[in-house]
Amino acid sequence: MAVHDGDIVLQNIRKEFPGVVALDGVTLTLRPGHVLGLLGENGAGKSTLMKILSGTYTSYEGKILFHGEELHFKGEKDALEKGISIVAQELNPIPELSIAENVFLGREPKNGIFLDKKRMLKDTEALMKELRLDFNPSTKMRDLSVAQKQMVEIIKAISRHSSVIIFDEPTSALTSIETEYLFSQIERLKQQGIALVFISHKLDEVFRICDSVAVLRDGKFIGACDINEVTENELITMMVGREVADIYPPTEPASEEEVLRVENLCSQGVFEGISFTLHKGEILGFAGMMGAGRSEVMRSLFGLDSSDGGKIMLNGTSLRIKNTKDAINAGIAMVTEDRGAYGLVGVRSIAENIALPSADMFAKGGWLQKKKLDPAVDAICQRLRVRAPNAATQVGTLSGGNQQKVVLAKWLVRNVQVLIMDEPTRGIDVGAKQEIYRFIAELAKNGMAVILVSSELSEVLSMSHKLMVMAEGKIVGSAMRDEIDQDGIMKMIIEGGKRHGNE
Amino acid sequence: METNKKKLSAAAIYRKYGIFLILVALFIISALINSNFLKPQNLMNILRQISVVTIIACAETMLIVSGMIDLSAGLVCTLSMCLTAGVLAATGNVLLAAGAGIATGMAAGWFNGFLVTRYSLPPFIATLAMTNIAKGIVQIYTNGQTIGGVESLRWLGQGTVLGIPVPVWLMLIVVAVVAVLMRRTTLGLHIYSIGGNEKATIASGISVKRKKRLIFTISGLLIGLAGVLLTSRLMAGMPNVGAGYEFDAITAAVVGGTSFLGGIGTVTGTLIGSVIVGLINNILNLLGVSTQYQLIMKGVLIAGAVIIDLKTKSNKQNA
Repeated sequence: MAVHDGDIVLQNIRKEFPGVVALDGVTLTLRPGHVLGLLGENGAGKSTLMKILSGTYTSYEGKILFHGEELHFKGEKDALEKGISIVAQELNPIPELSIAENVFLGREPKNGIFLDKKRMLKDTEALMKELRLDFNPSTKMRDLSVAQKQMVEIIKAISRHSSVIIFDEPTSALTSIETEYLFSQIERLKQQGIALVFISHKLDEVFRICDSVAVLRDGKFIGACDINEVTENELITMMVGREVADIYPPTEPASEEEVLRVENLCSQGVFEGISFTLHKGEILGFAGMMGAGRSEVMRSLFGLDSSDGGKIMLNGTSLRIKNTKDAINAGIAMVTEDRGAYGLVGVRSIAENIALPSADMFAKGGWLQKKKLDPAVDAICQRLRVRAPNAATQVGTLSGGNQQKVVLAKWLVRNVQVLIMDEPTRGIDVGAKQEIYRFIAELAKNGMAVILVSSELSEVLSMSHKLMVMAEGKIVGSAMRDEIDQDGIMKMIIEGGKRHGNE
Repeated sequence: METNKKKLSAAAIYRKYGIFLILVALFIISALINSNFLKPQNLMNILRQISVVTIIACAETMLIVSGMIDLSAGLVCTLSMCLTAGVLAATGNVLLAAGAGIATGMAAGWFNGFLVTRYSLPPFIATLAMTNIAKGIVQIYTNGQTIGGVESLRWLGQGTVLGIPVPVWLMLIVVAVVAVLMRRTTLGLHIYSIGGNEKATIASGISVKRKKRLIFTISGLLIGLAGVLLTSRLMAGMPNVGAGYEFDAITAAVVGGTSFLGGIGTVTGTLIGSVIVGLINNILNLLGVSTQYQLIMKGVLIAGAVIIDLKTKSNKQNA
């Protein structure tokens, strides 16, 4: 790509961590008014590269050039002041502060020695108007949704007159409507001549919003080109380094044997009238928007939250689930939406994480039995192809995909009858995703009953035998897989929401 | 398991062996600068001096690893010491006296755990409350007076077995038992996982509240035991001794590599941490440095240990 005046060029960037080369020979061109898609599997070096660009890492080889001059940031603050903003994947605003206070954090307007709150509020309001956000700038951050918090980050970036804004997987926690809104904002930023970097795993989004793409793999620069010069399959091949067949595996038909029956499950103000049946070998998909109550239903089935009423029958016998222990003992397991919070103990080893729910299998009279545990851990890790130096490896050091496999391993060493998976592929790269889909298909084939909750419509559609659609805490429709498509699901969600709203 | 050979990071090596290397270095330096240091009498003294605090430090390690803390350990130890002395003076029954001391610690620990699990009080606050309660009871019980008449405890505090002082034996046994408990039992697994990620532990079907009460109660048992040992070391129940031991114990745990963020730490590390603190105090004593400077040294040590803890942690996440 030819370099224009005003471009920011990252030239031959190389970064080493003790014993590992994280980046090698990476060259990128950021252009005002352009969106550059940065692609690569987890661990490819995208985040490291962006941490160099945003001043987090100050020691590296190579140059960052702007108007022919070399930029070297002294730290994050320096980079911010020189116009590089980053909208991180996991936002960490200060929940007790207001929108305005967050936007001006660290450079509050002052009136003598006092904060000039009036000006802060006024300036924030003006910026919000520009983005057509009708919020009171004194709203506390904790009252905002993820999407709204993201918007605050964007306002922050604009208020600093940033020339580069990096979006690190901005849509991973957004619903499709929120994503649309984000994209319209990105368009506006483009028109204002800001250079944008868009990191995402979702190729359809990359094709929609990006002008050019660059691909990294294992820290190496694989290639860059204009978006209209490349196909989706070519990009995947570049990212994965091999041809990827259809990402979704075929599924076997489910049996007629009923495993789980839920009748009229409800929880005041969260969800109501939830009824469905789940059969042996069946993958039952739950589609819907974020906040539709799907996760909440699953959390109460697993005993993480309580429910107010309804009936849960497992293999024909009625079941009371007061806590997770009851659910686990009955053979219900859940891969939660938030891996870091509920799935794993990051600072402990793979083996310890796998042993955690299964003291009944790996301990006798309170004593851990390493002789039983170690081979079981090795076997399950091998089966799920967990990539790690050994079973004593800290889980927190693994990539997202491998962490998710450890979560799966933790449940699959047990004799699980019903496996609930809530957003199992969120934040996971294409290769690991494909593996997880294959496991799901295989588990179902071997007779496990699987509930799959996902906000990615293509994922639930392709993997499930049957689909339940939820909106506003209710089931608003259901259909067999071949009776419905993405538009049909969206229609159910919208009409269901309306119906509920008119009541 | 598919292996993907990764770097053996310097941080990981430090976490495993660093603290031990520091101990060895300190030992050599001490031996070089003062000829009295290496005398067996002096070395035994160091170990004897740290015995009570190390036992309390084992309790603190369990608590800190599981994401909690006990600020009341020092005064509960005082209370246990005074009750042991009081019961012994009154009845002359050593077992009854020791039992009373240990039971006191367990009761206080259980109550701390009760406040933390039943009312969701942060451990910091619950044990702060307990500190005052224990202090009050000590004052009421002793009237501020030292309780004597505990001659029959002499062997425990002053005796030796195979040339090694009984308090040192007791300390080593406690460290060994707690080490096994933390490494080999399901409770140990839960101690680490609760401190590492409480929510994930709950989501794994473990009744975290019950475990927390149990952890506090076991810690209380150790603190009570430390109180009994303290009675025998001082040959009296002294209402003004014991306050501040909780901080010495926390220092030993932190210097020994226990992470304040929870989920990481071992009692063998804590033992080494405690020896390091004792050794530094000893060599400064031998050199005639006054206690005021020793305190400053201890402060620097705590800050340094935590800085290293945080540094090794962040390295891990970036790599």
